[in-house]
Amino acid sequence: MTTATPTHQRENDFAEQHHVYEPHLVGLPPLWPYIREAWRRRAFAVELSRTKLRAQHFNTVFGQLWLVLNPLMLAGVYFVLVDILRGGSNRPGFFAHLVAGIFAYHLVSDAVRDGTKAVVTGGRLILNSAFPRVLLPIASVISAAKRFVPTMVIYVPIHMASGFGVEPGLLWAIPLLALLLVMASGLAMIVSALQVYFRDLKNLMPYLLRVWLFASPVRYFADQMPEKYQFLLDVNPLGQLLSAWTEAVNLGQAPSTHELVVSSAWAFGLLIVGFLFFVSREREFAVRL
Amino acid sequence: MSSLSVSSAPSVVVQDVSVTYRTSFERRPTLRGMISSLGRGEKVVREVEAVKDVSFSIPHGTVLGIVGANGAGKSTLVRTIAGILPPTSGRIDVYGRVSTLLALGVGFNRNLSGRDNVRLGGLAAGLHREQLAEKYDEIVRFAELGDFMDMPMRTYSSGMYGRLAFSVAVNMDPDILIIDEALSVGDARFRRKSANKMRELCGQARTIVLVSHALGTVRELCDQAIWMDHGVLRMWDEPDAVIDAYTEFLEVRQDAVTLEDV
Repeated sequence: MTTATPTHQRENDFAEQHHVYEPHLVGLPPLWPYIREAWRRRAFAVELSRTKLRAQHFNTVFGQLWLVLNPLMLAGVYFVLVDILRGGSNRPGFFAHLVAGIFAYHLVSDAVRDGTKAVVTGGRLILNSAFPRVLLPIASVISAAKRFVPTMVIYVPIHMASGFGVEPGLLWAIPLLALLLVMASGLAMIVSALQVYFRDLKNLMPYLLRVWLFASPVRYFADQMPEKYQFLLDVNPLGQLLSAWTEAVNLGQAPSTHELVVSSAWAFGLLIVGFLFFVSREREFAVRL
Repeated sequence: MSSLSVSSAPSVVVQDVSVTYRTSFERRPTLRGMISSLGRGEKVVREVEAVKDVSFSIPHGTVLGIVGANGAGKSTLVRTIAGILPPTSGRIDVYGRVSTLLALGVGFNRNLSGRDNVRLGGLAAGLHREQLAEKYDEIVRFAELGDFMDMPMRTYSSGMYGRLAFSVAVNMDPDILIIDEALSVGDARFRRKSANKMRELCGQARTIVLVSHALGTVRELCDQAIWMDHGVLRMWDEPDAVIDAYTEFLEVRQDAVTLEDV
């Protein structure tokens, strides 16, 4: 068996598969084969995201420009707002902090907003073919990540103009970005499954996301939060993570152990809870749509 | 069970399978609706026993017809064989790759082109990009859609829709093909073509499950048939015997209406 060439095995995959369908233990399918099967069909999630982005004109210059303009204008509005409230005195580098924070927040909120539609728009595909449904919210996260890339290009001149340097510490952005994606995946799985049961969740989403943005250290620095609100940083999944992210992206500063531990716990916790919740519910999707 | 290479080995073994699912009364479940019905103490879900304790097996290369009234559990049963709905109890063994052509056909996003829908459907079904590229031309040729492949599927007529669905399912080279009342697509010429393709597939020692209300088709194409009634397997026998019993049960003669080919 072990001597078989990879191509032979691959062909074998298709020629003679043996599937066993049995009731799921506590509503969950066997998890390891499920994950393996999802990985094998990852091309589907990639293609789904590409197709949807094409429908949104992502492949045109103006389509990409629009994606960048939207958060950029938001950042401009917030900057003016905060500047006025503070009487025109802001910490140096505040705009860069604001922009980096908003772009990262948009990565997560985009994935979540797109995720609410992921399962309910998969109608016929879900009714008629057997595949790991978790690929649907994953495709939303891939789309959000692709939309995120051009915004980071916009960040570069802002970084330079704020007088921040280029230093190795900036590389901390990469693991923190990975945590953002992990968290976005978990949340996308949760909301995409919930949307099947509560079709008005989609309408509620903008409000929830708005509140979430206000509660995150984007329009202010984490250390500017009054003592009695400091707990929000730990309670809000994005609290420590966004704080660490902007410090890393702006200043090239390594995250504190506390920041790393709390954000990793939230990100992986949400991924595990979201995955298990989604997978335990997905057998019902075909009869609920 | 261990000697799968023997040609008489089963393709599908269904053992004591029951499928029960919960469905909500509301057409569109909402948070608001749930909260307000909680206040009234109403039960919002209902259990549906779609398939009850069904056992049968399909030998390799057999064409199995499934007949029964609307709501008899036929579609649920084939969805369970396809792995779309897990059984509530019992066990199903499927040897081989399954391609499904269920009542609603292919294509899930009407705003995407036929090409995108075919590609996404194939990738979801577990094909690799290269395999898909190989089959794509054949799918388009068989469906005879030409330039329409690059148009959004909302511009398709229902006949074109059905033709594409049929073409995708039969060109996937499945070991087991499941067809749920989808033979009645297209114009007379395409129907003849699809009937020929079906005969060809039946002749290739392929396992086919055919759900149909067209008793004439079942009689002609199938080697075996089962009759489902209210989720229960009423009969599993030769197509002639099953259809005779079924039509007798329906208290209709085997006249042109029930036998009319779809």
